[in-house]
Amino acid sequence: MLVGETLAVALSSIRSNALRSVLTMLGIIIGVGAVITMVALGSGAQKAVEERIAALGANVFTVFAGQGRSGAVMITDRTILSTDDYEALERDATLLKAVVPEAQSSQQVVFGNQNRNLNIIGTTAEYVDVHNYTVPYGRMFTNGDDASRQRYAVLGSSVPEELGANPAAMIHQTLLIRGIPFEIVGVLSAKGAAGGFQNPDEQILIPLHTAQYRVFGSKRLRSMSIQVKDSVPIEQGMVDLERVLRRQHHIRPGGENDFIIRNQQDVLQTQQQATQVFTTLLASIAAVSLVVGGIGIMNIMLVSVTERTREIGVRKALGATRGNILLQFLIEALTLCILGGAIGILLGVGTTVVLARVMQWNTLISPLAVVVAFGFSALVGLFFGIWPARRAARLDPIVALRYE
Amino acid sequence: MTAGLGDTAERMARLPADVPKNAVIVTRNLQRDYDMGGEVVHALRGVDLAIRQNEFVAIMGASGSGKSTLMNLIGCLDSPTGGEYWLNGHRVSELGDDELARIRNKEIGFVFQTFNLLPRASALHNVELPLVYAGMGARERRAAAADALTRVGLQDRMEHRPNELSGGQRQRVAIARALVNRPSILLADEPTGNLDSATSEEIMALFEGLHRDGQTIVLVTHETDIAAHALRQVHLKDGRVERDFVTGRTA
Repeated sequence: MLVGETLAVALSSIRSNALRSVLTMLGIIIGVGAVITMVALGSGAQKAVEERIAALGANVFTVFAGQGRSGAVMITDRTILSTDDYEALERDATLLKAVVPEAQSSQQVVFGNQNRNLNIIGTTAEYVDVHNYTVPYGRMFTNGDDASRQRYAVLGSSVPEELGANPAAMIHQTLLIRGIPFEIVGVLSAKGAAGGFQNPDEQILIPLHTAQYRVFGSKRLRSMSIQVKDSVPIEQGMVDLERVLRRQHHIRPGGENDFIIRNQQDVLQTQQQATQVFTTLLASIAAVSLVVGGIGIMNIMLVSVTERTREIGVRKALGATRGNILLQFLIEALTLCILGGAIGILLGVGTTVVLARVMQWNTLISPLAVVVAFGFSALVGLFFGIWPARRAARLDPIVALRYE
Repeated sequence: MTAGLGDTAERMARLPADVPKNAVIVTRNLQRDYDMGGEVVHALRGVDLAIRQNEFVAIMGASGSGKSTLMNLIGCLDSPTGGEYWLNGHRVSELGDDELARIRNKEIGFVFQTFNLLPRASALHNVELPLVYAGMGARERRAAAADALTRVGLQDRMEHRPNELSGGQRQRVAIARALVNRPSILLADEPTGNLDSATSEEIMALFEGLHRDGQTIVLVTHETDIAAHALRQVHLKDGRVERDFVTGRTA
């Protein structure tokens, strides 16, 4: 029998049992939709990490204060990075293009009638370049501003919203940090909070010297971001920094570093691997629901075979071979799965778009995931359709014709 | 098995020598045993039968006489456990499942007591069904099905579904479906069993007309007045032919 005829029979049978068909397809719809959504979320997260890696630039790393040792006792509070270290690096390191000191403290910020506790970063003008920011509103403070300890503030992109004001309108306005008035001179571009403990968009930059002498009252630095000269491999830059800092901290040869060098790229790559595992896990769970959906299809096909025993008998009496009957029920199961798969794709893509719009999640609809999910649902139809179809094909026509 | 489906004349030549050459149905010592939970039931105990072209035969018998079993065997829905059966020269008793399906499709037109139409399909589509399995193209199929429906007087009801038709009309659709493949035999199993007497008469008149046009008809029934329309009656009892005679009626 022609496949076209069989398809027409399958479609009319699905149509005449519309509600049941939809309920049956629900498993496949949800399964395919879930696979596509999960993979889209995973791919989105991965893409965000990749973008951050790209944004970091290949030649940036960070140095943090480490754990100091006095004999076998760990003394954390005695090792610090200070502005002296920064100055030593500026003076003695030969392979570094930029050293950006970052003093950090959480402070009370008052703007108009708004009052927030925000991260204040004391840093230099290079911060913007090394961290790949732009300044869409106003400007970054200069190293001259730093030297003259100007009370200038540059806001992270989500701070204006946090303080309930329009970023453009905030320029040249005054805000209080720990009760000290600062003039807002600029607002940074957005980075996004993907990864890391602090949202880089929720901080306020002020000049390093202003921070040290007027706000924090300490020479302590949280970290330094280091940019290596363009032609120098990042590892050589690290060696250069190590050399200078060890001498500065008077560490004897063979002694352990009291600072930690962290290559952000390594961190992000680890994060990327984690995201990948996460995506695979989510997709697998979604795939399980696809299999459960397939079992639902098998169940309904078995019911359908029983219900239509007499029809099968008539068809056989009129000359349908086992192959004809097998094909008919297989195509019906396949049609259910493929229809369900198509609806599932729409559902998955729809959910993904909604999540991206409403929840502001990073998503990336992967065409491969769509194709695989669809193909998998067709396979499920084939796999779970074949048994009921064989059962139908093997019915004895005499018994089938007499079936009530 | 291609030998079984070759040229009709060639196949007829291979029939046993003592069988009339125009026989459509020939059975030799046809037996059918059923295994009912360890106990063997002999439904047919050796039936010898020859039905010629353009005969109108009624197979009669009480329930349990074996007439349903014989009908299933003649209709190629079942295979005998012993003996031989030739249908239009095909040695059916030797054929496998798929060949039997093809024989049913090409050589037999079934008419059932309960009509057995597909409820969701139009009359036309129901009649087309055997042609679908014969692999005929859609346009040809429609034309042939429309032809067959016209032959049974339903040219105005082609797009109606079975539930929009009366019992008599449904049985006419079933007859059209049985005829559409130009089968060598029309096999009717209690065709009037679900119809009132007036409609029964109409249907039997239709059968008589088809017979006059040259159709070979085998009618299975237990009603004597229905069997009276046939020109020959074969009575079964306990799985054997009890009587086989030509009735007085002439075509």
